[in-house]
Amino acid sequence: MKTKIFTGMLASAALALSASTASAATLDDVKAKGFVQCGVSTGLSGFSAPNDAGEWSGIDVEYCRGVAAAVFGDPSKVKFTALTAKERFTALQSGEIDILSRNTTWTMSRDTQLGLNFAGVNYYDGQGFMVRKALGLNSALELSGASVCVQTGTTTELNLTDYFKANNMEYKPVVFEKLEEVNAAYAANRCDVYTTDASGLYSIRLTLDNPDEHTVLPEIISKEPLGPVVRQGDDQWFNIAKWTHIAMVNAEELGVTSENVDLEKDSENPNIKRLLGTEGNFGESIGLDAEWAYNIIKTVGNYGEVFDRTVGAGSPLKIERGRNALWTDGGLQYGPPIR
Amino acid sequence: MAQDRNHSLAYVRTDMVQDEPAPINSKGPIAWVRQNLFATIPDTILSIAAILLLFYIIPPMFRFLITDAVWTGENREACIVPGAGACWAFVDAKFSQFMYGRYPVEERWRVDLTAILLIAGTVPLAIPSVPYKKWNTIFVLVIFPILAFILLTGRLGLESVETSLWGGLLVTLVVAIVGIVVSFPFGILLALGRRSKMPIIKMLSIIFIEFWRGVPLITVLFMSSVMLPFFLPDGVSFDKLLRALVGVTLFASAYMAEVIRGGLQAIPKGQYEAGDAMALTFWQSMRLIILPQALTLVIPGIVNTFIGLFKDTTLVLIIGIFDLLGIVQLNFTDANWASAKTPATGLIFAAFIYFIFCFGMSRYSMYMERRLDTGHKS
Repeated sequence: MKTKIFTGMLASAALALSASTASAATLDDVKAKGFVQCGVSTGLSGFSAPNDAGEWSGIDVEYCRGVAAAVFGDPSKVKFTALTAKERFTALQSGEIDILSRNTTWTMSRDTQLGLNFAGVNYYDGQGFMVRKALGLNSALELSGASVCVQTGTTTELNLTDYFKANNMEYKPVVFEKLEEVNAAYAANRCDVYTTDASGLYSIRLTLDNPDEHTVLPEIISKEPLGPVVRQGDDQWFNIAKWTHIAMVNAEELGVTSENVDLEKDSENPNIKRLLGTEGNFGESIGLDAEWAYNIIKTVGNYGEVFDRTVGAGSPLKIERGRNALWTDGGLQYGPPIR
Repeated sequence: MAQDRNHSLAYVRTDMVQDEPAPINSKGPIAWVRQNLFATIPDTILSIAAILLLFYIIPPMFRFLITDAVWTGENREACIVPGAGACWAFVDAKFSQFMYGRYPVEERWRVDLTAILLIAGTVPLAIPSVPYKKWNTIFVLVIFPILAFILLTGRLGLESVETSLWGGLLVTLVVAIVGIVVSFPFGILLALGRRSKMPIIKMLSIIFIEFWRGVPLITVLFMSSVMLPFFLPDGVSFDKLLRALVGVTLFASAYMAEVIRGGLQAIPKGQYEAGDAMALTFWQSMRLIILPQALTLVIPGIVNTFIGLFKDTTLVLIIGIFDLLGIVQLNFTDANWASAKTPATGLIFAAFIYFIFCFGMSRYSMYMERRLDTGHKS
């Protein structure tokens, strides 16, 4: 991840040059032009990838549709810019995009030094292990003595060393420069274990000859909280970005889905009433109308629905909810209350 | 010799011997094989090795590409069956994306129309016997670019289609054709500038050429997409595709200039003096005497640069523009089509398209070389 450091330096140098090019009132700009400009990745299974019709789909993409629904009541009023890892922060800082939803890890240096704000975590990723089911393993703690395929020169490699040392286990590293080489080595059975970020493991699994013969172990050994990013210095827009995600999480917790949202409008539950704008006007406080959350849920869905159809059980990736389950189910997705 | 011709002598033949077929080992397929494949012992060893290699490669390739291949299917399920070969169903499902990118479906007729206009303009131009070359050239170089611009971007009442939606072969061809067409005259001017006796023009040409030849294309594209936005005032943003087009064109011009300068260098001094002796101006002698000869000489070099440029266009994918290869790779990330065979299939398809265009350019250049051959070369 040397490139990350370089990108950071480049971005902060560039930031110093441009002194804050971002205009303060992003919401006004967005309303004036009539769409949200959203930065996504240049292709990542389940996060932002093209479907057969050529439209973007994925969990990062759905989040941006949610923002568009909150602002305009119409999830199609969003335009996507595909950004490489190097371009992403400059594109946001220079105002080319309004929001960055591109599997970006929330770290302190990015949050504090780049003039950016992370608006939440829409996917808790982290390094995991994939093995062949035939090995009959159930936990990463049983991996002692295994040969592990890993990409060299990455934080993944460091995490791997630390994890095995901390648990007094031995392993034989099989390292490669490029991700494709690691994939090929694992596919050719040159190692027992493949380690990288868990979301990556699931998409690599799909490209193996017999995906069902491989399983991802439950242990996650690093923290990679991925979330949307906005420019610093525009609190209103920051709030919209933050509460779009929270509204989707809360909707799931309250059992409000895109299917039943119209029925739930008559609900007596005060939490649902406040969420859907039938009691109070919480949209007003972030510069939107009272129906902001209703529109997100009606047109995009709650967090659970989006997770399910993009990366979860309803998609080919079949990623377990795991840490992305609601806090009530033992996960980390926890939405502050709307009141 | 006054003897009677009819006088028969036993040892003189009266009729011609019938032509015998050539000995079997000097003519026909067996002879060809003997002479070309098994003439000497080293030849024999190499030939057998090559034939074995082909036996080793071709049947599995044929099975992968044709017999075991999956031709139809709705999603990845079709391609993950055990023993499946190439996943052509993937290419089938994504074909229109590979051609147009994310260009809106209901506006794609504009791209088709542009392609038809391009073919209608260039094919007669490329065939020497078709008349009206002058009007044809004007159409291709002046009218067509204007029409293509109006149609593709959407002017004059057509719905606007921003370039971030363009992709696939459309972008590859737009970048390659603009690069080729613009870099050629630029290259000629730069080559002449570099050989000019006017010091400032000469110096500027050298600086331009050496600068653009000295930096990698990746750097140019990267700077244009990452650093340029910071130097522009807030709200002003150049179109990303336009930035790439400018970068690629300047880059190709520098290479083209050096190829053409090679041709100019090869023209004997007498040709320049002949132009002067006939009181032709500089531009007249260039147009009528020097350039026709110089350009003919360097056709292989020019086409080399064109083909290189055509393949280099794929570098635009590093700045998030999805050309043909970029969009093929992008679709590997569609989880609905992820399978072990999808990447190989997509890349074979992309390679095939690139090959058709590059091979076409190569064959046409060989044809032009033969046609323009003045017999001066050996």
